[in-house]
Amino acid sequence: MTAASIEANAPTACVPGELKIIEDAVCTFCGCVCDDIDLSVKDNHIVEAKRACVLGKAWFLNHSVEERSSCLIEGRPATLEEGYDRAAKILTEGKYPIIYGLSDSPCEAQRVAVGICDWIGGTVDTTTSVCHGPSGMAFQGVGEVTCSLGEVANRGDMILFWGSNPAESHPRHFTKYSLMPKGLFVPNGRKDRTCVVVDVRRTKSAKAADIFIQIKPKKDFEALWTLRALAKGLDLDPEQVKRDTGVEFAVWQDLMERMKASKFGVIFFGMGLTMTRGKHANTEALLALTRDMNAHTRFVAKPNRGHGNVTGADNVVSWRTGYPFGVNHARGYPRFNPGEYTTSDVLANREADCGMTIACDPMANFSQPAREHLAAIPFIALDTKETPTTRAATVAFSVATYGINTGGTVYRMDDVPIPLRPAFASPHPSDYEVLTQIETRVKRLLGVTG
Amino acid sequence: MTDTFILIPGRTTDQGCGISEGKFQDKYQKEIRALQVAPGDMARLGLLEGDRVRLTGEEGQSVEVCITAGKKDELPEGILFIAYGDISSRMMVGDTHGSGMPTSKGMEVTMELVERANVG
Repeated sequence: MTAASIEANAPTACVPGELKIIEDAVCTFCGCVCDDIDLSVKDNHIVEAKRACVLGKAWFLNHSVEERSSCLIEGRPATLEEGYDRAAKILTEGKYPIIYGLSDSPCEAQRVAVGICDWIGGTVDTTTSVCHGPSGMAFQGVGEVTCSLGEVANRGDMILFWGSNPAESHPRHFTKYSLMPKGLFVPNGRKDRTCVVVDVRRTKSAKAADIFIQIKPKKDFEALWTLRALAKGLDLDPEQVKRDTGVEFAVWQDLMERMKASKFGVIFFGMGLTMTRGKHANTEALLALTRDMNAHTRFVAKPNRGHGNVTGADNVVSWRTGYPFGVNHARGYPRFNPGEYTTSDVLANREADCGMTIACDPMANFSQPAREHLAAIPFIALDTKETPTTRAATVAFSVATYGINTGGTVYRMDDVPIPLRPAFASPHPSDYEVLTQIETRVKRLLGVTG
Repeated sequence: MTDTFILIPGRTTDQGCGISEGKFQDKYQKEIRALQVAPGDMARLGLLEGDRVRLTGEEGQSVEVCITAGKKDELPEGILFIAYGDISSRMMVGDTHGSGMPTSKGMEVTMELVERANVG
């Protein structure tokens, strides 16, 4: 994975006034990474995105070339060279640098960012830590019974969504992968499937379900362990189950019978589990339930991933350091400890003294203590658009948009790598280019040769 | 009037589209600054569309936000919903309980009326 894989997929030039069609372009807005989009491009602007969902259309049609400086230092336009120099200086002078984000960058750029972190002895963390980070912890504790989305489309006949609302977060999930496709072993598509949605509110996804189970808020753990007990054939007190989960025991019994009777069950889970009290314990319960179900039939679990290449970030950080997120290099070797080396904690505990954010917006998405500390330290921000984070950054780079302006590789939510097919060139550098330039200067400042 | 609720921030289509259109644009800002309250709770508490309320979390963190009626069949009474964004993040506390993830859903909050909607 090098510059070559990005350059090999560089966009072809646009002829002024002429319409250019990019077939099978890749949408990187969400983890579905739909790779069947036909883009119509005219004068460096995407005018149509065929087959894209509402989120994909907004993604493609709103990423035109923005007329602004590619680099700002303390809010003032600067040359890229000045920006690279200042960024390298910030990162090498800090005692506790943190590099965060990466979920909307191609794998090639992620790889360079992890390399920079290694050189400076910093902490590297991705938006996974405030997304499916607890799921990552649970995977390590329980293991993951999994499959590709292609298998779901061809085999899945019992589809559960737990704490996940793909109708709003992944609009093509149902039609492309999980509910509607006519597959090898589900030839009638939706008719061959049972869909169950478990949530604390009747989301738009619940409308697509055959069965909607509304549990009490913060009772996912109890509900999942109820199902685990039923899977094992253990006796439970119906009154207590109702009291604990807010759902009649008979409803859980009925669900378990349906799950056991299915041929290929899939549980897609979302941040309703990971962001709620219990966090990784909730996901552990769901993964353990999935494992239990394999005593009866085939069952798998998949997290519904949010950002376009958050799965790539997990993969790249894992193969570079051995751990998926929240990795500290201060001792010269990688250490993993969620709660200590995760960005929300490093900032809220006022530990980091400099940082770099890549394709993320902690100044909008983090807790107030974390935001206040980030605003108080020098940091570099790379983003395609102006955000509260780029406005607060010491050095802000406007970068080209991956998948629209630049090539590279992204991982779909089921760990399938997909090459990007960009539509038109941007005057702004790619994040790969910015990070590579910063890494060169970091190595120079540290006296690293070769 | 002060009442206890459970706050659930989450994704919405408009919030997702708003990210691409620009976080300083009206669509995104409008979406992340609208707190959905169940119609039954609004009626019980005498709240009106557009009223400004203060939410206060377990550690004293608070925000002020305007309310809108949630769809009756989607939002149960006792639960508040808001799209992910600046307001929802301000209700998170720094502690992650050793997980790296601040509790970002299912937060217990109190809600009190600050200012009536300008209905004129």
